[in-house]
Amino acid sequence: MGVRVGLPSLFALLLGPVALAQSGNMNLPATVTAGSAFSIPTSGSGSGVLYIVGPDQVIRRSVQLGTAVELSASDLSDAGHYVAALAANGTVDSGQFDVLPAAKAENLNFIAVPSRVPVGQHNGINGTAYVFDTYRNLITTPMPVSFALSGISGAPQSRTAITRNGVAWTSIDSASKQGAAKFVAQAGDATTTRIIQEVPGDPCGLTISARPDGKRISVETAPVRDCSGNPIPDGTIVTITETYKGSLSTVDVPLKKDIAQVDMPAYNGATISVASGVVAGNEIHWNGGH
Amino acid sequence: MSKGILLSLVIFGATAALIVIGTISPVPAAVYYAGGRSLGHTPSTPQSAVDNLVSQIRRHDLQAAYDSLGNRAEFTEPEFVRDLMGSALSLRTFATLDTFDVQPLHETADDAEMMLKITWSSVVGPFESRRDLHLVRNGDRWAVNWPIEKTPQVPPQVIPVNYLRWDVIYRGPGDDFGTQDVEAPHVRIVDMHPVNRAEGTVVMGELLDDDVVPAFVSVRATLLTKSGAIIASESSFDMISHTLLPKQVTPFLIDFPNVDLSQVGSIRMEPVSVLVSASADPVVEILNQQYNSGPGASLTGQLSNQSGQTVNIAHVLSTFYDKDGQVVWVAGQYVDRALLPQTPVDFHVSVPADLAKKISSERTIVSTYSAESAS
Repeated sequence: MGVRVGLPSLFALLLGPVALAQSGNMNLPATVTAGSAFSIPTSGSGSGVLYIVGPDQVIRRSVQLGTAVELSASDLSDAGHYVAALAANGTVDSGQFDVLPAAKAENLNFIAVPSRVPVGQHNGINGTAYVFDTYRNLITTPMPVSFALSGISGAPQSRTAITRNGVAWTSIDSASKQGAAKFVAQAGDATTTRIIQEVPGDPCGLTISARPDGKRISVETAPVRDCSGNPIPDGTIVTITETYKGSLSTVDVPLKKDIAQVDMPAYNGATISVASGVVAGNEIHWNGGH
Repeated sequence: MSKGILLSLVIFGATAALIVIGTISPVPAAVYYAGGRSLGHTPSTPQSAVDNLVSQIRRHDLQAAYDSLGNRAEFTEPEFVRDLMGSALSLRTFATLDTFDVQPLHETADDAEMMLKITWSSVVGPFESRRDLHLVRNGDRWAVNWPIEKTPQVPPQVIPVNYLRWDVIYRGPGDDFGTQDVEAPHVRIVDMHPVNRAEGTVVMGELLDDDVVPAFVSVRATLLTKSGAIIASESSFDMISHTLLPKQVTPFLIDFPNVDLSQVGSIRMEPVSVLVSASADPVVEILNQQYNSGPGASLTGQLSNQSGQTVNIAHVLSTFYDKDGQVVWVAGQYVDRALLPQTPVDFHVSVPADLAKKISSERTIVSTYSAESAS
């Protein structure tokens, strides 16, 4: 039985002044699934015009009263609240119905942040999935969405979350080894994959050594790694500082093949230290290499 | 003969006579405006010799300036021009002589020492150069011996450059909502300190690129009253190194002219970062940094370009700390000379006199611009 709500003002504007006589009636369904065919039976005699007004479309059909109006699967695909009006013989019969999303998930919009995350971060990776049907209607009925994160090492991590108003989300720890991790969200048969770059953390145990190089000192770091043993990426800046009798020499050196190397002035009694970002390393006192 | 014809002949004769006189013995101003070489008189004093030289430099008559030098046999004219006007698209090559000051240091009958201080105008503000000039008298004429600073010649060689370069591919315009994009670099403010100065409030601190990719950074500060109303909002303009490599730290300084710190209830800091294509080259070593807290407090040192690529413009930024490690001041200086490979160039960063005694340590970085890598 259709929900019948009189909307005389709306259709009076549309059709002009009419008398609300019951010469043409229709029987609307309360709900319709998006993308499904359905019919609207009418009663009365003669001909009329059926208008269906929805969120994103308007349908106009000529109607032979007393027969059913057939709407095909492709006619109503956008979920939302619709208004129908049957105008015949100077009268209007109007009502409302809802088009609901299909129950089957066909598309997932999956937002995974951050796209780069340091290793070993508790709940460091967040995934949010929006579940849509085949017509891109957000499916608002609760349904399970599974999230799985698999990297180049360690066991895959998985979580399941139930959608609320069409959205499900979760947080997952980043792995301890750097590399590209595959983050997959799945609802029904719909699957979407994102790639998360798990990158090394801050340098750990930063150390330098020095050796004479002609009139200068060649200062070199040991291979720079984070606390999980991942090599720090090339191009990362390591600052090497030499202090001698109140005079300072500094150089920001980018790592190359895990190592930063630079030549500094050779002063006996100089102190040379190393740092990267907010991490300080060791300090050496130069005595001519002896 | 009518009076009119007579008058015409007189005027014609007088004009011809003046032309002859002007040609044979022109006044100096006429020589100058006709493109001649000298406006000044014969330099009969050390002061007038320096004045003449600066006058020639000001109107870019560098050949005349070179010809007037007493020691021009020691170097060529191109070397003199490079020394004076800079080279390799450095700031000096774009600068114009604004003002100058000459101070006598010592003078005898036959020679003199004078200090020449020239102020140059450039797009990043004025900068000064100082030269101690030795002058010698030759007859009734004084000439400047130009103290040329010859650029050391680096032996021809191949310097392999295999540092990293980062390029960025962003999400395409046709990609749907929810499609993954490359994320902005993670940066964080590791230190922030507001101070009250006579000219207003200054907010300074340090910003770290905490990511594994390079970042183009800026910092915006908003001053709020105790009730939360906005007083003013400014960003670090050039008092920051805008391109940061992974784990690199830059100081920043934001000026709020005419705002007293007592009006400020809180400060909202907004670091901004954008992914940017960048290169880990060139590496610039900062040598022999010496902090002098006495009168005219300053940090001096040298920049040495370790790579094979010429750095056209270098900007030195120094962070000064007190004994507790708190940021006391941030200052900078554009270096007007290009950084040629392995050729040290001096820098000089001034520090406000009232803060000089508080400073216990400093940290200096250099941001660079190379025309080659920009193309």
